[in-house]
Amino acid sequence: MGKIQAYNGGGWIATKLEWLINWGRKRSPWPLPFGTACCGIEMMCALAAGYDMARFGAERPSFSPRQADVLIQAGTINLKLAPVFKKIYDQMAEPKCVISMGACASSGGVFRTYATLQGIDKLVPVDIYIPGCPPRPEALLQALLMFIEKTEKSQPITHKKYSDLLVGT
Amino acid sequence: MNQNPTSQTSYESDNYVTINIGPSHPSMHGTLRIVAVTDGETIVKAEPDIGYLHRGVEKLGENLTYHQFIPITDRLNYCSAIPNNVSYEMAVEKLMGVEVPEKAQLIRVIMMELARIADHQVCIGILGVDLGAFTPFFYLIIQREEIYEIFEWFNGARLTNTFGRIGGVDADLPDDFEQRWEELKPNVRKANDETEKLLTHNRIWMDRTIGVSTFSPEDALNWGFTGPCLRACGVKRDLRIDEPYCMYDKFKFEVPVGKNGDVFDRYIVRMIEMEESIKIIDQAYKLYKEMPADAPLMARVPKVIKPPAGEVYSALESPNGELGFFVKSDGSAKPYRIRIRPPCYMMFQALPELVEGEMVADLIACISSLNVIAGELDR
Amino acid sequence: MDLKKRVEQCLGPENFVVAMTECQGDLSVEVPKRNILDVMHLLRDTPDLGFNFLSDVFGVDNLDLNKPKKKPKKKEEGEGAEVEEESKEKGPLPPRFEVVYLLLCLERNERLQVKVRVEESDMEVDSLYLIWKASDWPEREAFDMYGIRFKGHPNLKRLLMWDEFSAYPLRKDYPLEGQGEERHLIYDD
Repeated sequence: MGKIQAYNGGGWIATKLEWLINWGRKRSPWPLPFGTACCGIEMMCALAAGYDMARFGAERPSFSPRQADVLIQAGTINLKLAPVFKKIYDQMAEPKCVISMGACASSGGVFRTYATLQGIDKLVPVDIYIPGCPPRPEALLQALLMFIEKTEKSQPITHKKYSDLLVGT
Repeated sequence: MNQNPTSQTSYESDNYVTINIGPSHPSMHGTLRIVAVTDGETIVKAEPDIGYLHRGVEKLGENLTYHQFIPITDRLNYCSAIPNNVSYEMAVEKLMGVEVPEKAQLIRVIMMELARIADHQVCIGILGVDLGAFTPFFYLIIQREEIYEIFEWFNGARLTNTFGRIGGVDADLPDDFEQRWEELKPNVRKANDETEKLLTHNRIWMDRTIGVSTFSPEDALNWGFTGPCLRACGVKRDLRIDEPYCMYDKFKFEVPVGKNGDVFDRYIVRMIEMEESIKIIDQAYKLYKEMPADAPLMARVPKVIKPPAGEVYSALESPNGELGFFVKSDGSAKPYRIRIRPPCYMMFQALPELVEGEMVADLIACISSLNVIAGELDR
Repeated sequence: MDLKKRVEQCLGPENFVVAMTECQGDLSVEVPKRNILDVMHLLRDTPDLGFNFLSDVFGVDNLDLNKPKKKPKKKEEGEGAEVEEESKEKGPLPPRFEVVYLLLCLERNERLQVKVRVEESDMEVDSLYLIWKASDWPEREAFDMYGIRFKGHPNLKRLLMWDEFSAYPLRKDYPLEGQGEERHLIYDD
């Protein structure tokens, strides 16, 4: 069994197990819709009947960070809200992903002022940026599909940070 | 960071529990925070804490030219962006003494009333979602998407449509507007009928909304209420009739007035206003068709707008209430001071009086019915 | 009777009118700071006027308007000194801040702007909370953005910025992009 090895050092069992875990995870990304401003309305439209996000498995928008997989930041974060946002991000359990929706979340947008955080990547690591002011709901759905692709390719077991645990599989 | 209860809310009693609602909470209003002191389930004192979406819009206005500020006004009340644009443009036109041509005024009326329908749709939808009734939201959102199609096709954007220019509008209504409107009208009416069937005579809805956060007309006027919330209290005040602008004095429409000022009355007032908006659009479009095809759409304004020194205040009836802009100019190309008078600012500050003695679930219903939009509240 | 004449008749006898201007149909009357409560009572209770609705309260910073305008043609070195001398000759600068109250008479649909000038050295104005509760948050915001204190306000704290914020953002000498007050709030250094 140990002779067939994946390029990152994991064996056959580990990679197949990974495939199974990813298959389970990618079918139900539960979003945490942190909608603050105008992008929040477009996110609402993406969750509603016209552009249904539930068909990708995002059926349950969870407002509790402990139960969410994806943090969709839709809207401006200003400096008063920034500590709250960081707390919410810290409370999410691994593996987690941050989607920064809109121009304000990605880089401060139109509001280059004393009160606006110029991009949430100053606080948290962002995985997917969606440009637009506001982006169309289809852009948000594409971002969710990119997250699903990312989950398919992720390595929950064979990543090199777990390599000392994988002796002989 | 103001995360502790304020001195106003620290009550010394074993029975009282202080709970913090927000700024990240499921009631989809974004970024409002309420520190509530409760005795069991009843609220003793609820103090709102705002500023979680303060983006410095007024300061930004002092650093941009007059035209460059129009897209920023979109982002104030983002559920209906067009009345914000028109209110700002009207303030600058008043300062410059410019008269907008009639055809442009009619196009503005048509677009503003469509925005009013869209805003009320999302307000009622979210009020339902907050109280647990998900279905009307889906029916209303589909119609809102249809209205978005009209906005996108005319302005280029669904939500943040930078509509109009200082002096008029930039483009005429497209040729098949009539066909689109005739298709949309019965669908909007059908969605409203479905919502009424589901909600208005529903025992649960009536129990949850009748008698919740009632407000007397004298209190409402003292706190500076305007718009549907004031009309629900029984005061017949509508800027479209009392201080007409944009040819509203030529249209016939009713202004619904409630009795108790509770959540149910605010909901009914909004439902009726949607129907009245449809009538206004019909009348406005009829007048529009009588205009010659080459009537001017923009008044003669210079390319670089430099109003004479002075200060004016101009207000219009946005879906939420009296949305006013105070523009002060010092003669240069950038405004000296822009002040935005947000309607829900005045209403949200009365929250302690509105919900004293109510239960926590009623607090959510009350905030939803006030239609507090954080972009407008915090600017 | 014309609104301007009615206001003059009401406030004039007690010398409450410092200045009265009209711009595109909007009437604006400036009153002395110490008499603002009496003025508001008069404006509300006189049957001729009856301004019973407070629409808005906000502040204005006139720093750039009060600065003498630099003439662009003269670009000599001594220009700064010349400009200073000119302003010294004209006398003390007018007060820097203004508080503007927008009033409305519901029966007659008339609007009035009432202004009060506030010096930088004495930034206290009486609060209108007891007359109209609508002035609650607007006055807090004027305090938050300009630093104008309102005597008698029940809860004068910052409204839109966080409590430990130390500057007054809407003043003209505060830069648009801020001065970095948020460093200790959100960064761990």
